[in-house]
Amino acid sequence: MLRPRIIPCLLIHKGGLFKTVQFGAPKYVGDPLNAVRIFNEKEVDELMVLDIDASRLGRAPNETLVAQLAAECRMPLCYGGGVKTVEQFERLIALGVEKVAVSSAAVDEPELITRAAERVGSQSVVVVIDVKTTGLLHQAEVMTVNATKRSGLEPVAFARKMQDLGAGEIVLNSVDRDGQLQGYDLNLVERVRQAVSVPLTALGGAGSLDDIRGLVQRYPIIGAAAGSLFVFKGIYRAVLINYPGRTERDALARPVETRAVSS
Amino acid sequence: MVNYGVGNIQAFAHIYQRLNIPVVVATTAGQMARAEKIVLPGVGAFDWAMARLNASGLRDMLDELVLRQRVPVLGVCVGMQMMAHRSEEGELPGLGWIDAEVVHFDPAQISHAPLPHMGWNDVRPTASDSLFLGIEAPRYYFLHSYCIAPRQQADVLATAYYGSDFTAAVRIGNVFGTQFHPEKSHQWGIDLLRNFADI
Repeated sequence: MLRPRIIPCLLIHKGGLFKTVQFGAPKYVGDPLNAVRIFNEKEVDELMVLDIDASRLGRAPNETLVAQLAAECRMPLCYGGGVKTVEQFERLIALGVEKVAVSSAAVDEPELITRAAERVGSQSVVVVIDVKTTGLLHQAEVMTVNATKRSGLEPVAFARKMQDLGAGEIVLNSVDRDGQLQGYDLNLVERVRQAVSVPLTALGGAGSLDDIRGLVQRYPIIGAAAGSLFVFKGIYRAVLINYPGRTERDALARPVETRAVSS
Repeated sequence: MVNYGVGNIQAFAHIYQRLNIPVVVATTAGQMARAEKIVLPGVGAFDWAMARLNASGLRDMLDELVLRQRVPVLGVCVGMQMMAHRSEEGELPGLGWIDAEVVHFDPAQISHAPLPHMGWNDVRPTASDSLFLGIEAPRYYFLHSYCIAPRQQADVLATAYYGSDFTAAVRIGNVFGTQFHPEKSHQWGIDLLRNFADI
């Protein structure tokens, strides 16, 4: 049985790990490699590491750090941040990450997704869609450059377009809910789930295992990603890396309804 | 470790170093010549990986070691898929070490399930084999849209279920392959890699 993926999402800022609230107010969490070692011990399903400085400062991915993270990780690693070219996709995969994520570049140059998928395979091409409620009508809009720039794009149609261009996974990242611990934007997840058939991962807002349970019960095959939940403990946001144990995670998984096949 | 520029060589090397099993990351035929075991990793599209392997200058040595000297080889993900005759994902011919073709998951059989098949799934060995020795309730990380389909059922070493059963691991004599990523599958993967080294 395929299990839901419960994914800690770590943000790299000034060479360290940070956690943001609504993409601002970065708080220092610790050393990236040390965090990976702790997550190894906790047998996490997979790990997502996003460099939140790279695109903003126009910097290429820090390949030295990525190589260290990838070698240390005993679970699959998705890296994002500053990726703009097919050659970078190729190099990052060769450094040992399983998946490469793009966000701003997917908006600026959608054909990059197709070319990257041809080179490294769709399964390794991830599009992170930062979604924020904007304007007088409070419509969901795709944001870029750490949610500082509006794209004018509607997230559901954009997710569909990314899939059609060759993306193998969509990560829906709610800017409004980042660091709020109030739960996922299930309405948005539902609308995107209806529109795409590639794996979908929700990020932004998870504050408890109940939030993850709620998501997984509705969608047995889904990625449930979270930042704060796995790095903070308590109302004062004390840094404590944590992750549900194997028994807890197994209890979350349930068989997927697929059409009966005779074979 | 066959280093042809594709796949996460360092993750394998790291695990073997921690197990105190000597490992050589080989980029030339000379470095491979004395290998007692070979790991052929792979992440990416079929043609890209094949083209890189063809350009690496390692193919003749690989054929010599695997087909003539019968050195045990473990292909992982695309590294395994390349051992087949061909793949629906690409145009280039495969290595042909396994009598199999690589086919896309049949969407009709997984009607409600997303593709790629991504995440942790249970793996069921079809017979007791040294590769899965001592591994209880094996589960591994998968990341793929294409599967290997051996012509001989006897070559299937393990299956997994995603809408229907598919081949998760193969073995033909000294040729082993896994669709899943043991190098990214925690203790289940470490145990499998140690088992391979112990063969």
